[in-house]
Amino acid sequence: MRKTGTMLAALAVGFLTSTAALAGDVRIMWYSDGVEGDVLKDLLDRFMKENPDVNVVLDNVSYSVVREQLPVQLEAGNGPDIARVTNLKAQSQHWLDLRPLVGDPAYWDENFGAQADWMRPDGSNQISGFMTQITIAGGFANKTLFDQAGVAMPGKDATWDDWAKAAKQVAESQQVPFPMALDRSGHRLSGPNLSYGANYIGPDGKPAPLDEGSKSFLGKFIGWIADGTMSKDVWVSAAGSTYRAAADDFINGQLVYYYSGSWQVPNFSTKIGSNFDWVATGSPCGPVNCTGMTGGAGLVAVKYTKNPKDVAKVMDYLAREDIVKEFSERTLFLPAHKGVLAKGLDFKTDDAQAKAALNEFVTAGTSLSDLARKLPGWHWADTFYGALVTRVSQAAAGEMSLDEAITRIDADIAAKVKDSSL
Amino acid sequence: MKADSPKRTGSGIGETVLLPVRLAMGLIDAPLRWLQRVAGIGGMAAFFLMPNMLIFGIFVLLPFFINFAYSMTGGTALFLPDRSFVGGDQYARLFDCSNYLDANSCTEDTFWTAVGNTGWFVILQVTLMIIVSLITALILNRNLMARSFWRAVFFFPVLLSPVVVGLIWKWILQRQGLLNFGLYGFGFEPFTWLNDRNWAFAATVGVSIWAHMGFYTLILLAGLQAIPKDLYEAAEMDGTRPTRAFLRITLPLLAPNLLVVVVLVLIKAVQIFDEVYVLTGGGPGTSTLYITQYIYETGFATQLRNPGLAAAASILMGVVLVVLTLLQLSLSRSSEKKGARK
Repeated sequence: MRKTGTMLAALAVGFLTSTAALAGDVRIMWYSDGVEGDVLKDLLDRFMKENPDVNVVLDNVSYSVVREQLPVQLEAGNGPDIARVTNLKAQSQHWLDLRPLVGDPAYWDENFGAQADWMRPDGSNQISGFMTQITIAGGFANKTLFDQAGVAMPGKDATWDDWAKAAKQVAESQQVPFPMALDRSGHRLSGPNLSYGANYIGPDGKPAPLDEGSKSFLGKFIGWIADGTMSKDVWVSAAGSTYRAAADDFINGQLVYYYSGSWQVPNFSTKIGSNFDWVATGSPCGPVNCTGMTGGAGLVAVKYTKNPKDVAKVMDYLAREDIVKEFSERTLFLPAHKGVLAKGLDFKTDDAQAKAALNEFVTAGTSLSDLARKLPGWHWADTFYGALVTRVSQAAAGEMSLDEAITRIDADIAAKVKDSSL
Repeated sequence: MKADSPKRTGSGIGETVLLPVRLAMGLIDAPLRWLQRVAGIGGMAAFFLMPNMLIFGIFVLLPFFINFAYSMTGGTALFLPDRSFVGGDQYARLFDCSNYLDANSCTEDTFWTAVGNTGWFVILQVTLMIIVSLITALILNRNLMARSFWRAVFFFPVLLSPVVVGLIWKWILQRQGLLNFGLYGFGFEPFTWLNDRNWAFAATVGVSIWAHMGFYTLILLAGLQAIPKDLYEAAEMDGTRPTRAFLRITLPLLAPNLLVVVVLVLIKAVQIFDEVYVLTGGGPGTSTLYITQYIYETGFATQLRNPGLAAAASILMGVVLVVLTLLQLSLSRSSEKKGARK
């Protein structure tokens, strides 16, 4: 009888303590491109030791969950307490204003102010969160393949045509299936579009019809897919606006030139290792400029949280200068924190290729066009990207001509603008 | 006496196990008798059907009506009260075509592409599924060596999750997949099966048949085993050829099972989604985009989702499924009547 009583008492204590822990739970929805999930977990473990009253639960999910399921959860007034998101502006109505909750709002404005507008409703001064990484889209070349083929790698101001010609020569010489590949992403496609003079934003701030700049590069791009210069696999491998990357083809040495972005550096560093030499090239040039797109992933607080104070405590911790520095150095991500950038970083890698690539992307970041800097904070950017991907992939698969694709892109975007009633 | 002993033991255990049931029955006996007196026999039937009808109402009927309500609204908001009433605009948008045979002439061209793809998929998949399942059932009905093993082999894919099925076949058919590895080994050039619109379409048909045929084979096999053997013996004694015996005995007697299989395959084919979504993602282009994926993407997966349009498309799909089900009911009733007349 005494034994049973003791067991019941233990159960009751366990139940009570677990309920107490639930009261201070902060759930983070997090996706990873590389090792950042492990690094974050380590940082959060330290936070929980310092703050035993807050229990942070890290939910590691795939990127598609963040893209496809999180928006529905948010619309329903649910979701995690904090989320790592790339589509920041279009969902800004769901983010919590941390300004009255964080310890020092001036610190946030000073260090993360440059990107604050990317993640808050137009016209507000809300602090929604901070960028965990700034990304710059750009290219990667398999240097070993170029060396083996005896083809000179195009230089600093090389154009898209120069890279296409050289990559094709290398692929033919080395019997590699794909000369070039570009991620199945409207964001990635927009870099070269902008370099060819595209402007997406109309005078009223709403999407403009596709102009000659976009048409010019899209025509070239679809032509390259048709003649085998650009990998068809990535672009025709799905319907709709589903994201597909060609990173695995590059890692497997099946690709000469890959246009993606700075977030691939840790991935390549880990997976390619010493298998072959690779370099980051920045963005090839078009007739107007040599821009890639900027963007990145932001860590934002969700306004439907039941524990806003605990959420702010976690966000304050993760936004600390020493924590941002450590996170960036260990993940090989480019930070957004002004103070960290000013003091410099010592990336924790012995991989000279990765360090050189990161430096290349930092340099590429200085030559971004004004529009490339503006698009991450534009409400319609993701709508534009989605329509681009859907229709360009149909044209790439031979289902419609370029002109039909362009007409459809304009119509799709117009319909979305109408549906949104904004 | 020896034979009686275990019986007594079994009966004792049975009594013990049944005791709580009997007690419970005794407790509800009086209220049920009272209810029967008040409601009558018809009322009791309704009472016993109520739990099932309640579940059906909450999980099928209610969502159907909510979905219908959504289809009459516009905008991107998720909650019904936040959405604006647009009447039949979503249906009008879906049907806005200058030529219904040319998807590109429609405002919602992707919807009509998906409808066309689904139509072709249903025609091919249902036909092939019936043929393959029937042939497999006929083979498995013979006195094969290790017959049970073969039956299990054909049924095994049914146990797999559709996502697993999609991933397995993607691993086989992709550029650097098992099939190309084999072809390369025999000196052939690798081929990108999933990037060619015709091969990708064929792959979705083939994979769905592979994944589900075991279930339908089992239904047909049960039908085959129910056919009396003496009919075949009599036919054999009369010198009937096997083809004639198949056409005159097997097929007519298997007709009720075949009817069930046809309707089940048809409904399942219209609803195809998961394994294809994993295998081809609807590509290349939109060549394997079927109607359920269109509904999913319109309602959930694209930026600025349009739940109203997705709901309208799903209502239309529901209408098709209801028609197919009514067809099944009417056909099975008429075949029952024919059977009764004979």
